[in-house]
Amino acid sequence: MAFTDMRSWLLDESPASRRQARWGRIFRISLAFRGNALAMVGLVIVLALIAMAAFAPWIATHDPIAQDTYARLRPPSAANWMGTDELGRDIWSRVVFGARITLAIVILVAVLAAPAGLLIGAAAGYLGGWVDRVLMGITDIFLSMPKLILALALVAALGPGIENAILAIAITSWPSYARIARAETLTFKNADFIAASRLQGASSLRIVVGHILPLCTSSMIVRVTLDMAGIILTAAGLGFIGLGAQPPLPEWGAMIARGRTFILDQWWVATMPGFAIIVVSLGFCFLGDGLRDVLDPKSGEKH
Amino acid sequence: MATDTPFPDASPRAAPKRGSGGVRSRKAALRLGGIVLSLVITLLGLIAITFFIGRVVPIDPALAVVGDRAPKAVYDAARVQLGLDKPLIVQFVNYVKAVATGDLGMSVSTGRPVLQDLKEVFPATLEMATLGILIGIALGVPMGVHAAARQGSLTDQVIRVVGLAGYAIPAFWLGLVGLAVFYARLQWVDGPGRVDIAYDGLVTPVTGLMLVDSLLAGETDIFFNAIGHLILPASILGFFSLAYIARMTRSFMLDQLAQEYITTARVKGLPERIVIWRHAFRPILVPLITVCALSYAALLEGSVMIETIFSWPGIGNYLTVALLNADMAAVLGATLLIGMVFIFINKLSDALYNVLDPRAR
Repeated sequence: MAFTDMRSWLLDESPASRRQARWGRIFRISLAFRGNALAMVGLVIVLALIAMAAFAPWIATHDPIAQDTYARLRPPSAANWMGTDELGRDIWSRVVFGARITLAIVILVAVLAAPAGLLIGAAAGYLGGWVDRVLMGITDIFLSMPKLILALALVAALGPGIENAILAIAITSWPSYARIARAETLTFKNADFIAASRLQGASSLRIVVGHILPLCTSSMIVRVTLDMAGIILTAAGLGFIGLGAQPPLPEWGAMIARGRTFILDQWWVATMPGFAIIVVSLGFCFLGDGLRDVLDPKSGEKH
Repeated sequence: MATDTPFPDASPRAAPKRGSGGVRSRKAALRLGGIVLSLVITLLGLIAITFFIGRVVPIDPALAVVGDRAPKAVYDAARVQLGLDKPLIVQFVNYVKAVATGDLGMSVSTGRPVLQDLKEVFPATLEMATLGILIGIALGVPMGVHAAARQGSLTDQVIRVVGLAGYAIPAFWLGLVGLAVFYARLQWVDGPGRVDIAYDGLVTPVTGLMLVDSLLAGETDIFFNAIGHLILPASILGFFSLAYIARMTRSFMLDQLAQEYITTARVKGLPERIVIWRHAFRPILVPLITVCALSYAALLEGSVMIETIFSWPGIGNYLTVALLNADMAAVLGATLLIGMVFIFINKLSDALYNVLDPRAR
């Protein structure tokens, strides 16, 4: 009884309050999202990643950095689900703890790059004129650079390490967000509600922060989620070359690098962390595609 | 067409005659001029970025030259010699001049000018990336067309999976697995390196491309050996470009096949093969060229990871070795070269689009 009441309250065509309208919108989006099987798979993978990161000590079967030289390079078994590496460390436990590093990387890059791109793009779009030209000129220069190479050179200059890798990836990924934010801003810029708040005396800063940025968020969420796979691959690549996370941190890319020497005989050392990267990247791709379909249907591929 | 010159006034067709042809070619010339201008600005931007990266290095370049026990006078002399006592903007202008004349500094690890190093390693990368893109185009375009023509067929499903895999699989991981499977287990291909050690150094580099040089020297043994070494890394690069090219081809083709003129062609009773290849495929050629060019530029970048796996003596390997030795002159030189080629291909594909697409003309 209460449930059907709730449902009809949420799906009401003419909501009586702002709260009802907002919850109704969220409910409709979640209904559409639940109908998309791949998107749900993506959501499950991403939630699993978060759970793994949060409860790593309980999910892992061993200590991720405890060495046991008697148990070196053991193949996958009931005791060591993904085998052990050259120092006798349990690979499954290292993959589980590696989820923390991967999650930290994607969250920090998103937190650094997305707001920076948003602000730059919104400022360029709203202010127009020479501000627009200068900001977009810089954005275009960054956009036409090879991202990975730029990140490599930046990390080389800043020094190897996970913090610098995150910074370098963020520096190379803000431009695409700036482009999107600018395009979105241009579509709202001349709307009546913006003009109304300008007539009420709102400053440019207030209009951009209070009215324009909130309208860009849904396309930004979609874009950031779709970019996650690329961010994970770049971070793993930096780790693989030895410029990202430093040992003994169980970063997936660095783990593959260590297993490189044993790839011909002890294949599991390098392969297992690779599967983790693939599954998580796929998860973000599926989730991003699903979010785009429900949040931003215009920009999607038609087919 | 006034396409050979970026300046509209220099073109005879762009004379201020009131004809639609003149106006149109004038527009095209202006657009091409814009592309050339943006190429120059972007290249300057790239140089500015590498200059900036060179300046944020915590290592003092003068200290790196003289060592940290040198007396102050020697250290100061080194600073003056390297131009580090001048204002930043003067240093930047000097840096641009140096880059323009091909002076990229000396590599600390090889002890040779960076430009000379780059000239030697670049052909190896070019050879691998070129074979990679050829594989990607040769397989990706037909697969994409086929998938669009038969939506939901096996090819269509395969392309969907391959497209996702291209997004989600780390290239270096696929390289390692490929090496383990095709080299170690199946022994279908040869291992890391450009040729077997026995053949190493037997061919005098003319173009630097092993396949061309061995044929020029008439050494067919070495040619086939080089193919055996090249095929796996090139196929792995090709896989990533295939994933992108097939997906884009499919999407372009679906757009065309939904058009009314296709229905007309079918109603006329033309065989499906002709409808697809002669009617629907032609219009997508121009955007496809852009896609392939972008994919080629991405391959040059992607080869960095693959080269470290396959001990391929190209620019990627050079870059990673320099990175680990903190050899900044070499790092920045390699970054500049890869960046320039990348930007150049990007802008070239822009320009090609403008020249080839009749609507943009």
